Amino acid sequence: MGTFHSNKHQLHGITVVVDTDGPEVFVGRCDDMDDSQVILLDVDVHKDGDDGRSKADYLAGAALYGVFKKHQRLVVDRRRVTAVRRLSEIAS
Amino acid sequence: MPYSPLLVKPMREELTLVGFEELMTAEAVDQWMDDHKGTSLLIVNSVCGCAAGMARPGVRLSLENDKKPDRLVTVFAGQDVEATAQARSKFAQIPPSSPSMAMFKDDELVFFLPRHRIEGRSAEDVAADLRAAYDEHC
Repeated sequence: MGTFHSNKHQLHGITVVVDTDGPEVFVGRCDDMDDSQVILLDVDVHKDGDDGRSKADYLAGAALYGVFKKHQRLVVDRRRVTAVRRLSEIAS
Repeated sequence: MPYSPLLVKPMREELTLVGFEELMTAEAVDQWMDDHKGTSLLIVNSVCGCAAGMARPGVRLSLENDKKPDRLVTVFAGQDVEATAQARSKFAQIPPSSPSMAMFKDDELVFFLPRHRIEGRSAEDVAADLRAAYDEHC
């Protein structure tokens, strides 16, 4: 039992990794997604090399217990997105 | 804005009916931490059906196990705000998420299951993770 939102993308409510063709990778809860954008809630952003960590290093840490959010809501242009996958699919 | 107490009541009862004690104030959380010996399972409950829909059934199923925590407690994220913040302060190094599950042995956090490892899984899978933790720590 819970609240559901059947009019949203199938990844609605799921914590996802949104990778881009640039240095940024985003981790957040997918609110919705279509051909033009990915809408994320409670989002953290990592830039490749920040704090001496690659995207892979950062994601390995995120996969353990999640991320501290930097943004309440963030919209990512779909043209920049190279992959969207569940955080739970990342091996920690 | 918190959901209606009427909407949330059955979500609370899914846990209280199998023995969970609700911690509804920060003081109740502190009292629990001060008092408890042995093992405690803390559930951060949530209205979110995307993840909590299988979290609560998974927790219930997990209790059909020979070994289980000595004490079962729960706070409700977005409802009992102060209690939830106080509970999360006991594992402040871990990003907040709900639903989530934490097991303590005496004062030590020995197991944590964050939201992203509950989302989209079956109750049986969630229960299997919890049972493994019970078998290891209880």
